[in-house]
Amino acid sequence: MSKIPDDLKYSKSHEWVRVEDGNVIIVGITDHAQAALGDMVFVETPQTGTRLDAEEACSVVESVKSASDIYSPAAGEIVAGNSNLADSPELINDDPYGEGWIFQMRVDDTDALVGLMNAQAYEAFCEEE
Amino acid sequence: MLIFEKSSTGRQAGGQAPANQIEAGDIPASMLRKDKPTLPEVSELQAVRHYTQLSQKNYSIDTQFYPLGSCTMKYNPRACNSLAMLPGFLGRHPLNQNSVSQGYLGCLYELQEILADVTGMRKISLAGMAGAQGEFAGMSMIRAYHQARGDDNRTEVLVPDAAHGTNPATAIMCGMKVREIPTNKKGDVDLEVLRTMVGPQTAGLMLTNPSTLGVFERRIMEISKTIHEAGGLLYYDGANLNAILGKARPGDMGFDVIHLNLHKTFSTPHGGGGPGAAAIGVGERLEPYLPVPHVVKEGEDCRWADENDIPDTIGRLSAFGGNAGVLLRAYVYIRMLGREGMQRVAEFATLNANYLMKRMKENGFDLAFDGRRATHEFIVTLKRQAKEHDATAMDYAKRLLDYGHHAPTTYFPLLVPECLLIEPTETEDKDTLDNFANAMRLIDEEARMNVETLKTAPVSTPLRRVDDVKAARELNLIWRPDQIDEQADNKVA
Repeated sequence: MSKIPDDLKYSKSHEWVRVEDGNVIIVGITDHAQAALGDMVFVETPQTGTRLDAEEACSVVESVKSASDIYSPAAGEIVAGNSNLADSPELINDDPYGEGWIFQMRVDDTDALVGLMNAQAYEAFCEEE
Repeated sequence: MLIFEKSSTGRQAGGQAPANQIEAGDIPASMLRKDKPTLPEVSELQAVRHYTQLSQKNYSIDTQFYPLGSCTMKYNPRACNSLAMLPGFLGRHPLNQNSVSQGYLGCLYELQEILADVTGMRKISLAGMAGAQGEFAGMSMIRAYHQARGDDNRTEVLVPDAAHGTNPATAIMCGMKVREIPTNKKGDVDLEVLRTMVGPQTAGLMLTNPSTLGVFERRIMEISKTIHEAGGLLYYDGANLNAILGKARPGDMGFDVIHLNLHKTFSTPHGGGGPGAAAIGVGERLEPYLPVPHVVKEGEDCRWADENDIPDTIGRLSAFGGNAGVLLRAYVYIRMLGREGMQRVAEFATLNANYLMKRMKENGFDLAFDGRRATHEFIVTLKRQAKEHDATAMDYAKRLLDYGHHAPTTYFPLLVPECLLIEPTETEDKDTLDNFANAMRLIDEEARMNVETLKTAPVSTPLRRVDDVKAARELNLIWRPDQIDEQADNKVA
């Protein structure tokens, strides 16, 4: 069974979101997603300062099986990309909710995040899928 | 072992040396190399054994079953090879005048006409050098069409989420924006969602039919009507033509432009990555933009058409009119089959796929789209086995090698978890299909009894399970002579 921490929010495209202070959120992909994708071989993180619409593709994770887009959960601006992933894409497999975070962004409005799922809803969503 | 590792200084195969030494005494001393080039020094017998043994390590359609879905790895009749290599074809110079190339040009002209007829398109160009170039040409024509009408805001290309990755890549290369159309539970394009996505921004739709999910797009006429009414055009990816060859025509489905992988459907071995050939077909709307060169016939004579003949062409795709060898093989193959033979290709390709699908189901495997008739390929999902026994699609694929079968396509299409995309092709007999089904049943038993058998597979191949993660992360494609020393050092360490 994959890990689904209670203190995070989740999207239907299998990103997790941690809400920090000052409209900043941290985004990565879930344990379920990394297990489904398999061993990561390449990650492209967004440039700091990039403006994004909600649900805009802004990163790519490439595994031995496939390449997948990562979407922004809400409109906003990229604050940082995880530069460690360039040399160590396996961090996403090893520690998806910690060292394997993908980007941080400042969202225009945290209300835009209400559509995300809580841990319980995401677990049900994964079961159904 | 590399042939360089068998090398021993001074050893040579004198019998193979050229009899007439070339006189090269006029090369200035400053231009002469000081040291010997790094070449393997082996005897004739060593060289013969080395390359014969390498060839024995090959897996090929000539030796075993090759059910690689989405790729149509079918048997290519020997006659296609030998006739395409008749001395007149082999010795023909690409810059020969038309007057002495009528035989070759006549073959290409007939190939264009036959392909146009069997696909329901108006004109065909054979200039594409590969499938990707065929796609690029098709989308470039759609762009040219909209631009010529001043319809500059049509920048969106709709692509089903089940599509080959090349489709969105092509659209992006042509400066378009890609929007993904969802697939419904039955494996069809979600037409209701599609209707909400089209509009004055729609440049076109890229579709493979039958789709990569191994099913025929049943509502294709409604799909094409929806796109056309919105002012967009339809592009047909011919990757799966084998299933409907001579039976259903993309032109009749409403497609405005198509590309066909001649190397898949029409008999050229392509497991080594090429060369390929893309035939590009157009309907009425895109005829003015057809790529050059292609062959036109005036009276009894054929000649190359170029930019002067079609001023609005998107341009030249190849210097000399496509990959001659592949085009000739396709021509021979088609002429050998005839119209009825082409229909039999589709009939037997789908019969074989449906038979094998039924056997797999009897053996307890889960079908991705149970209840749908297979086209020329079908999808098995091993999601249940992965959950219950930790036996993944990759493990099954690797273990199949030990049973003497090439693995089907794994993990594509991306929509179906733990999937195998199985395409038996029309050239396999029932015994081969039964053998494959039995092997899969045995592997399924192994997964239940002792999954380690799968995890450590393959055990009978020249190379055991390769580290594909390391290969992808640390790609190293260049061999250097000094690596022998490095490898030796590493072994000592």
